[in-house]
Amino acid sequence: MSVLVFIETENNTLKRNAAEVASYGVALATLLNTSCKAIVFHATNPETLGQFGIKEVTLVSDAPTHFDAHAYAEIVAEHAQKNEFSQVVVSSSADAKYLAPILAVKLQAAYVPNVVNLPQSTTPLSYKRAAFTNKAFAYSEVLAANSVIGVSNNSFGVVEKNERCAVVPSSSASPSTKLEQLSIEKVTGIATIADADVVVSGGRGLKGPENWHLVEALADVLGAATACSKPVSDMGWRSHDEHVGQTGKPVSTNLYIAIGISGAIQHLAGVNSSKVKVVINNDPEAPFFKAADYGVVGDAFEVVPKLTQKLKEFKA
Amino acid sequence: MNILVCISHVPDTTSKINFTESDTKFDTTGVQFIINPNDEFGLTRAIWFKEKIGAQVHVIHVGTSAADPTLRKCLAIGADKAYRIDAPATDGSAVANELAAFAKDHAYDLIIAGRESIDYNGAMVPGMLSALLDMPFVPNCVGLTIDNGMATAEREIDGGREQLKAHLPIVIGAQKGLVEESDLRIPNMRGIMQARQKPFEVVPSQGAEAKTKDVSFEKPAPKAAVKLIPADDIDQLIELLHKEAKVI
Ligand SMILES: Cc1cc2nc3c(=O)[nH]c(=O)nc-3n(C[C@H](O)[C@H](O)[C@H](O)COP(=O)(O)OP(=O)(O)OC[C@H]3O[C@@H](n4cnc5c(N)ncnc54)[C@H](O)[C@@H]3O)c2cc1C
Repeated sequence: MSVLVFIETENNTLKRNAAEVASYGVALATLLNTSCKAIVFHATNPETLGQFGIKEVTLVSDAPTHFDAHAYAEIVAEHAQKNEFSQVVVSSSADAKYLAPILAVKLQAAYVPNVVNLPQSTTPLSYKRAAFTNKAFAYSEVLAANSVIGVSNNSFGVVEKNERCAVVPSSSASPSTKLEQLSIEKVTGIATIADADVVVSGGRGLKGPENWHLVEALADVLGAATACSKPVSDMGWRSHDEHVGQTGKPVSTNLYIAIGISGAIQHLAGVNSSKVKVVINNDPEAPFFKAADYGVVGDAFEVVPKLTQKLKEFKA
Repeated sequence: MNILVCISHVPDTTSKINFTESDTKFDTTGVQFIINPNDEFGLTRAIWFKEKIGAQVHVIHVGTSAADPTLRKCLAIGADKAYRIDAPATDGSAVANELAAFAKDHAYDLIIAGRESIDYNGAMVPGMLSALLDMPFVPNCVGLTIDNGMATAEREIDGGREQLKAHLPIVIGAQKGLVEESDLRIPNMRGIMQARQKPFEVVPSQGAEAKTKDVSFEKPAPKAAVKLIPADDIDQLIELLHKEAKVI
């Protein structure tokens, strides 16, 4: 019953979330008294997984160079079956959530998504996972022999181990693709909501798109991704892919700064699993203050530039 | 074109989430149920296809009769026929297997499910269904056009978008962006009356088995009170974020 970790890449280097899923896989294997290996596609630095305790990684080079969930799932499933991996660990990124259900069917495995911790018990395996858009947790028992575990972003953390990691090239043949990729547009060089350590988010309290330079300047000093509430994207002040919350993107970051956002239940549901929440709002009664760790009651147009300026000085 | 839209029946987004029977069951007392928002975006696009290029739109739900009003609402906003597979929706895998068994016997060109349900948030059903039916799958779908048996779909990815193309039949995971919020339909009197005449079939379960079981639930620990920092003392905020929260 050994553990296999699926590692994602970005421009052929390991994605940031590799550290957390590798750490999780290694800890799960220790708990289950077994070993943990990894599999990665087209990476130039797979050996760096040793840093998180992975001692062997399979490097697949004969596969589509862009992420292709169907083809990748087929290769990972074949590899897992051949080498008797019973537990496959993946992240909670958009790509991992694409791959995991397909992989689970191929392995006849249970899929347990949004897992926030190591299993509560090992016989039967039982996982704590986020449900009801972070309004609750479920304890899910695995009824199948194999499982695919989706680790919630920023839940388990990173454990440094500094092992030596051997890279084993894979010899599997590339499966045919079901979907032709026509094009891909992706921002480069700036943090995305899924990957960023810090997210700065703006709401209707910012009055209009022309004021977003305040959000962007603050995000810039923090190396943060920018986000917004639903009405802001509905009104076209910001593009849809910045919409966070229950019906938008989930945010599970270390620091979430909400500016001029009231904290409606649907907004909170999507951002609540962020570790530290800072709220800037001129209404002391705004519901967001009840869900925040730190709050500033004040006018965003005064507080935000001041915060940006002070942070610049702090970082200098 | 034949379209199947998979409908999940979920607590309204404003619902307070509570549990009963020693935290083993979701407490439905006072909870209003709605069409899962992501499914509704998908259904709205299906009805758009019906009106623009012609299609038969079927909706399907796996679960108990508690969801019948939700399925009637789907008929009232334009679906042609509703099916309910009479099986407890024990987990995403069981639901996907029930749906796959049904879809194998019907020739659908397009199967739409929501990106994820807002109750269990598994994002499991559409992907599993595609794998069981061996069809291409586009999750987080924010654009879909169909021309001559070819689908061109747009998938939202972390930090961007990807355009994909495939021959029908395909499965998509719908979300906002596939249609706009303002495109969503509210059932009118005529729609509600017509819905009563539309076919509604209860299909026996195939007995698909679950692969996971939710044994209990827990609510997040109550949050400590917010620390308020005076607006004229931003230095204090930075100090707290650095030394106490250790996030900067
Ligand atoms: C089915 C459904 C799904 C939904 N899903 C989502 C979702 O995924 N994400 C989401 O965000 N919403 C969602 N909503 C909408 C949600 O209910 C709220 O309407 C929305 O979050 C409010 O956005 P807001 O906080 O930006 O605006 P408002 O509620 O208008 O709040 C603006 C805030 O700005 C403050 N403000 C005003 N001026 C200033 C100033 N000068 N300085 C500082 N503060 C100021 C105000 O005090 C107020 O608190 C959903 C709703 C429904 C019905």
